[in-house]
This record gives sequence, structure tokens and C-alpha cells, in this order.
Amino acid sequence: MIHQYKLNGYCIVLDIYSGSVHVVDPVAYDVIALYETTAPEEIIRQMLEKYHDQPDVTEEELRQVLDSIEELKKNGKLFAPDQYADMAFDFKERNTVIKALCLHVAHTCNLTCNYCFASQGKYQGDRALMSLEVGKQAIDFLIAHSGTRRNLEVDFFGGEPLMNWQMVKDVVAYAREQEKLHNKNFRFTLTTNGLLIDDDVIEFANKEMHNVVLSLDGRKEVHDRLRRTVNGKGSYDIILPKFKKLVESRGGKGYYMRGTFTHDNVDFTNDIFHMADLGFTELSMEPVVSAPDEPYALTEEDLPKLFEQYEILATEMIRRHEAGNGFTFYHYMIDLKGGPCIYKRISGCGSGTEYLAVTPWGELFPCHQFVGDPAYSMGNVWDGVTNTALRDEFKLCNAYARPDCKDCWARLYCSGGCAANAYHATGSIKGIYEYGCQLFRKRIECAIMVQVAQAGFTKSY
Amino acid sequence: MNRIQTLETRDLAQSAHNGGCGECQTSCQSACKTSCGVANQPCEKSSENK
Repeated sequence: MIHQYKLNGYCIVLDIYSGSVHVVDPVAYDVIALYETTAPEEIIRQMLEKYHDQPDVTEEELRQVLDSIEELKKNGKLFAPDQYADMAFDFKERNTVIKALCLHVAHTCNLTCNYCFASQGKYQGDRALMSLEVGKQAIDFLIAHSGTRRNLEVDFFGGEPLMNWQMVKDVVAYAREQEKLHNKNFRFTLTTNGLLIDDDVIEFANKEMHNVVLSLDGRKEVHDRLRRTVNGKGSYDIILPKFKKLVESRGGKGYYMRGTFTHDNVDFTNDIFHMADLGFTELSMEPVVSAPDEPYALTEEDLPKLFEQYEILATEMIRRHEAGNGFTFYHYMIDLKGGPCIYKRISGCGSGTEYLAVTPWGELFPCHQFVGDPAYSMGNVWDGVTNTALRDEFKLCNAYARPDCKDCWARLYCSGGCAANAYHATGSIKGIYEYGCQLFRKRIECAIMVQVAQAGFTKSY
Repeated sequence: MNRIQTLETRDLAQSAHNGGCGECQTSCQSACKTSCGVANQPCEKSSENK
């Protein structure tokens, strides 16, 4: 399978099953489109007719293009066959280990963001803080079920995790003791709205947190529209200086400014550029996940505007990169040479198998987005995963498990998409969230185009 | 000019033989939390092993 697209002056051909990326001119682009369905002589005839005003498009030249395509095909870099379907089937039999936990250390929040999928931190349940006992047991559970996997990830999540900060510090201290005993390496992430950041948080986070995710929606008026304190006031002015101080003292360690865009700011690139202009360089901006009847929900009419926004973002990133003030956008990060192997590309995010969420009470769910849904309770940190049927269902939830993904060129980039989004959109984790798919495909096209541009290729149209 | 140029990319078919160590990050853990993409996940293996 191949995917062809033209963007920002580049003609790009993706060979899906080899992972190859080809940058071609418009003539080769057209020849490749016809190659598998049309006889060579007919391709030559059509091309000579279409490009009759271009003297360099000769029969000899076209035969060379056809030879190049055949050579690439022979070398497995174009029209490569799908060799992975059987491998995907084996995923059912694989013995998975758990390598990441999302610890819901606080099912409560000091903001009342309208769009919060966690219902202002409560996840449709009671307010609660995780005890140290549960936190330590979660660490023990993770180590015990991690097999030979050395790098273990723990995300302190909420609600707002800083509302249970001492417990977070104590769990980190406990995990640091345990990792030495068990030859593990914990990587901690803190996801916070920033309100409670102080010097103690900054010092500790910069020492212990492999990554921090700081929630900022962009421009003040956009951020304050939905991210309000319990008193109804906007939070932008409170958090911004705290975020700046934390990032400036981070010493190069990982962080993301993470925003959400909604129907109210479909011009979300202005929010990304705002964050970049503030001096932040590691940026993430996600489409809101919500019920379709919410006033801020993204609509079908928004889609073309969002596509345009992703293109604007890509071209501006190229421009800023060349000007020496570039920034990273999470969804445009793509390492074509050193990216994930085929196992990762098929198996997906690992929710329900390698990655679990832990509630304040120690209950296990496939991921943070399933927390609070009793149908998706998987067990607890004392007894482990007891709902093994559900785990096996998630084990099979991969790029080859979803009928809707069968003909999609992007499935080895998204691995079949987010199970929670699919479930909320269709009622099944093996469904797809088509709206999200459309945005994802656009983002991958843009991400690869940015790579092409930054590799120095010349525009061909 | 050469009408077809190829970027250097990881050979996915080859990665079926030398991949699968499982040390990489879970996809949703870092910055998004509301979608799934694997393309932007770095491989934990050193480049000479790929």
C-alpha cells in the first residue's frame, strides 16, 4: 500500500509496509499513481500527453522513471507487501508485562475546566486522595509484574496531583529505594494545572520527574474561557509565571506545555504560537474529547479549518526552525530513521495490557480515560489483574484488529488509534473515532512534510 | 534532476527481526493523554542495533 499527497510544494509518496518515504516530482508522482494498475506503454502515452508542454518529459525519461520504480519495488521500498498480518495475530498469545502506571493520586481539582474528561477530577465518582499505602502498593505491583523490563513509567495524574503532593514525594522516595533492589529505572511524569506550583515543587520536579506536562491552552482569553478556578476566575495569570520559572530552571529535562483546543478556538495555531512566543519550546495541543452536544465540541464544519490550521502550523514551524527560533510540536515529532519498530507500530499504546491506571482506592482500569466506568474495572493493586478476559480483549486491540482500519494508510503510524476514543465514539474498543482519525492522518502528512523540508529537499511544484 | 528521491528511514520489515524489545515508552504517557500515536515514540535501542 502506498499513500501519495502534495503539500507545501512537495510531492510525497509513503510506502506503508516498508516505512519508506519518497520525495518525487509531479511526473513521477503521476507515474507511481498509475504503476500498479496500468500497462507501461499506456502510462508513457498518458504522461506524454499530460506533459506535452514540458520538453524534458520524453519517452526515454519516462522509461527511466518506470525503471526506478521497479528497482524500488524489487528492493522492498515501494509497493512492499503486508508481511505483518500474521504477526498481529500472534499478539493474542504474547505474554505481556506491565511497564507503566498512571497513578490517580487526587480525584479532586482546584480548577473547574468545563471540558475536563475527568469531570473536574472526580471521574463521575467521589472526591478522594490516594493514600501512601495505596501508592506504595502500586509501585510493588508494577515491579512485580514488569518481568525483565527495566524502564518503568509512573505518571502522577489527577484531578490535580499537586493536591496530594507530599504523598507524591513519598511514593517517589519509596520507588527510588525499590528500583535499586530490583534493578529497575523509574521514569516519573507529573501532569499539573500549575496552580500549586511553588519552589518546593519546582526543585523536586526538576530533580525527580523525567517529564512534566503543564496544562496551558494558549492565549489568555482562550485559556481563561474554560480553565477557571473554583471561584470562577481565569487561571492564566496565576499559572504562567509559575510555569515559566519551572521550565527555566529545568536544565534541559523534558517538559511539555499541553493545551486543549475546542470549537471556540479552531484557530488553535495562534495559541501554539502564543506559547512559543512566551519562550516555551516543547508544545502539545490536543483536540477536545467530548460528547457531541457540548457547546465547545468540535464539529464537522470545523474539520476543513482544522486541516488548514495544521498546515499553517507546519509551514510556520519550518520558517521558525530556519530562523533559529524553532519549537517542537508533539504530534509532528517523527523520527524516520530511529522510530518505533513494527511490533510497537502494530501493538499500540499498551492500554489494558502494558499500561494501567490506578484509582485513589487502588482499583485498576485499562487507562485513565476508562476510570470510573465499572464495566472496565480490571482488578486492584493487591490482587492484580483479575479481569483477564478484558485484558485479553485489549491485547488484541491493535492495528490489525479494527475492520475500519483495514484500508487505512495511517494504521502503522497510529497503531489503530485510541481505544478509549473508539469506545466513547462507537461503544466498542475495536471501533474507530473517525473524526480523530481524520485529524491524525492530516497531522502525519504534515509531520512528514516538515521532515522532508528540514532535510533540504527542493520544492517541485 | 532525479525525479524520485528516497529519505533514509527505518526498514519496518527488518525491524520485525531486530525489534520488539518492549523497552519503549507507552504511547500516551507523555504529552497527549487523549489520542494514540506511535510514530513519535523514540526507540530505546541504540542505533547500531537497528
